[in-house]
Amino acid sequence: MTDQPPTTSPRIAPRTPAAGLREVEAHGRSVTLRNLHAYYGDVHAVNGVWLEFPPNQVTAIIGPSGCGKSTLVRCINRMHEEVPGARAAGTVLLDEVDVYRDDVDVVSVRRLVGMVFQKPNPFPTMSVFDNVAAGLRLTGVRGGDLRDRVERSLRSAGLWEEVKDRLGRPGIGLSGGQQQRLCIARTLAVEPEVILMDEPCSALDPVATLKIEELIAGLRARYTIVIVTHNMQQAARVSDSTAFMLNGELVEHSPTEKLFTTPHDARTEEYVTGKFG
Amino acid sequence: MSALAPVSPRRRRTDLLARGLLAVGTLLALVPLVLVLYYVAKKGLGTWSWSFFTTDPTGNFLGSPGGIKSAILGTIEIVALATAIAVPLGIGVALYLVEYGRESRFAAVVRYFVDVMTGVPSIVFGLFIYITLILSGGVGGFAGWKGSLALALLMLPIVTRSAEVVLTLVPDSLREAALALGAPRWRVVGRIVLPTALPGLVTGSLLAIARAAGETAPLLFTSTLALATTLNLGTQMNSLPAVIFADVGQAQDRLVRVAWGAALTLVLMILVLTTLARLISRRSRFA
Repeated sequence: MTDQPPTTSPRIAPRTPAAGLREVEAHGRSVTLRNLHAYYGDVHAVNGVWLEFPPNQVTAIIGPSGCGKSTLVRCINRMHEEVPGARAAGTVLLDEVDVYRDDVDVVSVRRLVGMVFQKPNPFPTMSVFDNVAAGLRLTGVRGGDLRDRVERSLRSAGLWEEVKDRLGRPGIGLSGGQQQRLCIARTLAVEPEVILMDEPCSALDPVATLKIEELIAGLRARYTIVIVTHNMQQAARVSDSTAFMLNGELVEHSPTEKLFTTPHDARTEEYVTGKFG
Repeated sequence: MSALAPVSPRRRRTDLLARGLLAVGTLLALVPLVLVLYYVAKKGLGTWSWSFFTTDPTGNFLGSPGGIKSAILGTIEIVALATAIAVPLGIGVALYLVEYGRESRFAAVVRYFVDVMTGVPSIVFGLFIYITLILSGGVGGFAGWKGSLALALLMLPIVTRSAEVVLTLVPDSLREAALALGAPRWRVVGRIVLPTALPGLVTGSLLAIARAAGETAPLLFTSTLALATTLNLGTQMNSLPAVIFADVGQAQDRLVRVAWGAALTLVLMILVLTTLARLISRRSRFA
């Protein structure tokens, strides 16, 4: 799939060509799912989801284990198809381009849609600096002020002050929370416009979790963020709207406050009040 | 719940017996190993001298039999060429199997043949090269590079198998992280998978080299024997296993002693390689 020539990338027309502002690049894009289905072999993991993630908002996806929420976000940057036997059907629009269109290069999708995983996964052979630079080097970006970009990314991830004196040390020498922020810095370095977070705090202690949550609040101004979480308090704290999934289907998508106080679906109410799941 | 009780005498006896049997078994297994090393060292050390390593065999029926310089250099040259062929090829096959072929039918067939090749006796590889490259007459007679080819065939499945295991050990989370950054697959392999697996790949290759360096059969009818040192892999070449094979059967005690000296040299060379392999694998990042 990666062999396809990058004929038309989803990097369509610049948003405001006349503005001449560097900052306009750093705006989130909207992501729209239309009748999305995802399968692992015969298992139907996501069943016909319609959902919109507005730009520069944090959307949380909650639901019990195995409800398809991770699979759903992995369809957005087409990581789902990396699993042997997995496939997806339906439409995922990045602004107005379908990322599953035949002439879209999967590599260009992933550059625009970054992802942070459940377990911190810095590259073990690389230093802190190289981990952040890895995204740029891996995508073949040459020249530019690498140092500058690494510093900016580390600052955006709230890690710069802690690691500025040990940029040359191995990335896996950091604590779990720092490693996860390092992974966020690595994602930010390639300048995505959408960031997917797949339970980014489930391997972290409460203090590290809090730091990541503060970070998410800060990143919201520049990125569209989708966060999968097991932790309903976390969804309530960080998100603007929340989607509740059950057995591969979307049950409800409402503004976060409404979903947790006056959900309109009985199953949502049962879940958020702890009656099951 | 039952009360706390001391270990029964019967269990104590059984435990003692089982431990004793295991210890005896281990000692028995060590006996031949130690004896081999002791014998080679005892017989070989006596022949070692400066000139033993710096002169070529004379081939004279009388007088000094000379040293084994040409055999040491010949082994190094032949094995180096074999390594240059087998290691990149083997790692390439393993990369295909792990990164691209995965569960496909073709990959399963390749895996099966690699396994079969592991079990092929080394003399068969020598015979194969002898028939295809020497008897056919197309590319001349005996030559060092043909020995290298035979050894490369022998090394290929070993390198492939060990590399496949090591590459499978690279966590998928690293591949996913790199792919999610928007890296094309070949860059993920080159920048993440290979560097992470490097210590293991080196270890596996060194063990394959050690194995090939000691093989006699594939060399007997490919590079055969020679007296003089040569750097030309296109001619017949001397090698340590071939010297041992040829000299140990001689009636003259002087030549048999050369064989022992060469054997000790070979054992030490291989020992260095395996020690190196152990040291490197200890530095592996996911042991």
